Amino acid sequence: MELLSNIGFYLALSLGQKAVVAAICVGIVCGLLGCFVVVRRVALVGDAISHAVFPGVVAGFMWSDERNPWVIFLCALVAGLLGVIMVRAIVSSTKLKTDAALGVVLASFFAVGVFWNSTLELAGVDGFLFGDLTTISDEDLWLILGSTFMVSVLIYIFFRPFRVLSFDEGFAVGLGYPVRFLNGLFFGLLAFTVVVAMQAVGVILVSAMLITPAATAYLLTDRIQRMLGLSVLLGVVTALGGWWIANLDVRFQSGPMITLFGALIFSFGYFLAPRHGVMAKFLRHAGRKSRVHRENTLKSIYRIIESDGFKSGGVGVTQLAEMRKISFEEVAKDGRDLVRSGEATWEEGETAIYLTSSGWRRAAEIVRNHRLWELYLTDQADYAADHVHEDAEKIEHVLGADTVRKLERDLNFPQFDPHGKPIPSLEATLQMEQAVGKQEETGY
Amino acid sequence: MVLDPWGWMMMMCFFVALPCALLGAYLILRRMSLVGDAISHSALPGIVVAFAFVGDLSSPWLLVGAAVAGVLVTFLIEQIHRRTRIKQDSAIGIAFTSLFALGLVLIRVLLGDKVHLHQDSVLEGNVSHVTYAKTVRFLGLDVPDSLFPAAIVAVVTVALIIVFYRILTLSSFDAGLAASLGYSPGVVHYALMAVLSVVVVSAFEAVGAILVIALLILPGATAYLCTHRMKLMLFLSAVHALISSIAGIYISVWFNGKASAGVVIAGTLLFLLAWMIGPADGVLVKAIQRRRHLLD
Repeated sequence: MELLSNIGFYLALSLGQKAVVAAICVGIVCGLLGCFVVVRRVALVGDAISHAVFPGVVAGFMWSDERNPWVIFLCALVAGLLGVIMVRAIVSSTKLKTDAALGVVLASFFAVGVFWNSTLELAGVDGFLFGDLTTISDEDLWLILGSTFMVSVLIYIFFRPFRVLSFDEGFAVGLGYPVRFLNGLFFGLLAFTVVVAMQAVGVILVSAMLITPAATAYLLTDRIQRMLGLSVLLGVVTALGGWWIANLDVRFQSGPMITLFGALIFSFGYFLAPRHGVMAKFLRHAGRKSRVHRENTLKSIYRIIESDGFKSGGVGVTQLAEMRKISFEEVAKDGRDLVRSGEATWEEGETAIYLTSSGWRRAAEIVRNHRLWELYLTDQADYAADHVHEDAEKIEHVLGADTVRKLERDLNFPQFDPHGKPIPSLEATLQMEQAVGKQEETGY
Repeated sequence: MVLDPWGWMMMMCFFVALPCALLGAYLILRRMSLVGDAISHSALPGIVVAFAFVGDLSSPWLLVGAAVAGVLVTFLIEQIHRRTRIKQDSAIGIAFTSLFALGLVLIRVLLGDKVHLHQDSVLEGNVSHVTYAKTVRFLGLDVPDSLFPAAIVAVVTVALIIVFYRILTLSSFDAGLAASLGYSPGVVHYALMAVLSVVVVSAFEAVGAILVIALLILPGATAYLCTHRMKLMLFLSAVHALISSIAGIYISVWFNGKASAGVVIAGTLLFLLAWMIGPADGVLVKAIQRRRHLLD
C-alpha cells in the first residue's frame, strides 16, 4: 500500500522534492539500523562496507552497458557482503582484532576498486561513490523508497531477536535463536542499507548518518524502543536540516552539511542529555563530592562529642579545626554547608556548631558504617587492624541500610570496632537523637 | 646517472610506506587501527585551513595544520568515549565524519574555485607526478624534488621510533607499568598521534586518504601473523613496505593501473599469503599443527 500510494505524488516530484523524500528515507533507514549498530559496537563496520563496495560498483559499471542501476546495486551489495564475511573470517581465524580486520578489508577492497577503475577508465564510478541528494534519479528514488520499506518491516519482524543479539549474543544462543542466520540477516541488511544510502549522501558520510543520530539517541534514553524512535526522528531531522542548510548557499553540498548538522545535534546531546550528558554527570559528581565532604565533617563532630562522653550536642569551632587539621575559614565554610543542608545549627557568632537530629542520625550512621566495615575486614577478611582505616574511609559513604543490617548480622551485632571504639548501635542513636530533638524544641 | 621513472616511483612509495608501516605496527598492538583511519580523514580541514593562509600546496605549514587536526580528532574521540556511555567505535565514527565534512565545506567556502583539491584526488591520491617533477642534483643523481619531503619524514620517523622504542613498546603493552615508570600514557598517546598525523599527511599526496590506511594497517597486520616479537614485527613491517612498493609498481605497469592502488594490492596479496602461511598465526600453519597434534 505504501509503495502504491507513493506512485501518485512521485511522478510529479521536482528534483528538490525528490531530494527531500530521499533524505527522509535515508534518515529513517539509517536511524533504525544505526541503533543496533551503535549498541552492538560495530559502528565502523558500516564504514568498512561503504568502502568495500567500490570494486562491486566498478564491476557493475563494466558489466552493464546501459548503466542499469539495479545491476550496479547488486554488484555493490555483493562486494559489501564479501567485505563483511572477510572481516569475520579474519577475526575468527587469527589473533588480529576487529579494528585491524576492518582496516585491512576497508583499505584493500577500496584499493582493488581504485585499481580496477584506473585500468578501465570508466566514467561515473566516482559519482556513485560520492552520491549527492541533488542528482537522485527516478530509479534511485524507487530503490531508496523500497529498501526503506523493506528494512523497516524486517526490523519490525525481527525486533526481539535483534534486541537480544545486540546486548548479549551468548544469551541469544542460550534462548535457541538461530544466531548465525540472524547475524547474516543483520549484516546483510546493514550492507544493503549502506549501499542504498551511499547514493544519497556519499561513501564517507553514510557512516555519519548511520552512527551520529543513533549515538545521540543512545545518550537520551535507556530503552531500546524509545532509542529506535528517537534515532529515526533525529535521522530525519538531521537529513532535512542539513539539506535545508545546504540550500542556503551555492557553495554548500548536501552530504557534508547533513553530517555537520548531525554533529551539531550530537554535541547538544553530549553536553545536555538529562542522564548521560556531560553536564548532568558533572553535576551528579559535584553533588556526590559535597555530600562526602559533609559526611566527613559530621563524622569529625561525632568523634569530638564521643571523646567528651556525649555530654554536649555540639562542638567548638576551634576543636573541629584541630581535629580536622584545617583553618578556621574552612571550618566556617564546612559548618555553613551543614547548616544549609539542615544537619547542624550555629551557636550565635559562629563559635560552636550543634547537630540537629537529622545531622546526628547521619553522623552516627557514617561512624557505624566505618567501624562495622573495619571490623568486617579484620574478622572476616583477615586484614590487619592497622590496614583497615583507609578502606573504611571510602566505603562508609556508599554502604546502604540493607548492607549495614547484613554486616551487623554476620558480625553478630558487635559493640566495638577493632580499635576498641564503640560502634554506635541503632538504639543508642535513637535515644541521642531524641535528646537532641528535645534540646531543639526547648531551645537548648 | 639517471634512474628510470619507475625506480623513482618505487623509491617514493617506499619512503611513504616505511613510516606508515612502523607506526601502523604500534597501532595494531594498541588496537587503534581505526584511529589511523580517523586521522587520515580528519587531516583534511587542517590542510585546508593551513592552505587558505599560506596559499602553497607544498608548504610545511600544511603538515602543521594536519598534525593539529589529527591531534584534535583523537582528543574528540577520547572526550566522547571517556565521558559518555558511547563506545570507542561510535566515537571514532562521529568524530572523523564531522571533521571530514568540515574539511569538504571549508574547501568550497575558503578556497572556492582557486584550487583543485578534488574529492577523489584527496581520497585516492597520485604518485606518478614524481616522474615529471623538477629534479635536483643530489649525490650525483637527478633526484625528483618531491622525493625529499617524503624521505625526510621517513628518516625522522624511523629515528624517532629507534630513540623512543622502549617507551613506545612498553606503553603499548602495559600502559600501567609505563605510567609507574614515569612515562605518562597521555603524553605518549598524543605524541604518537601527532607523529602519525604528519606521516599520514605526507603520504596523502601520494596515495590519498583511504589508501594510506592500507599502508598503515596491512604491514603491521601481516607482520603480526608472522611473529609476536616486537623487533621482528617492526622489521617485517618494513620489509612488507619495501616488497609492496616494488611489486606494486610492477603490478601497476603490467595492468596499466594506478600506482598507489597497485602498491596496496601488492600489500594485500602479502597479507593474504601471511593469513594462510604466517608462521605465528597462519590458518594453514595452525591446521597442520592441529593435525600433527592429533596424530601424536
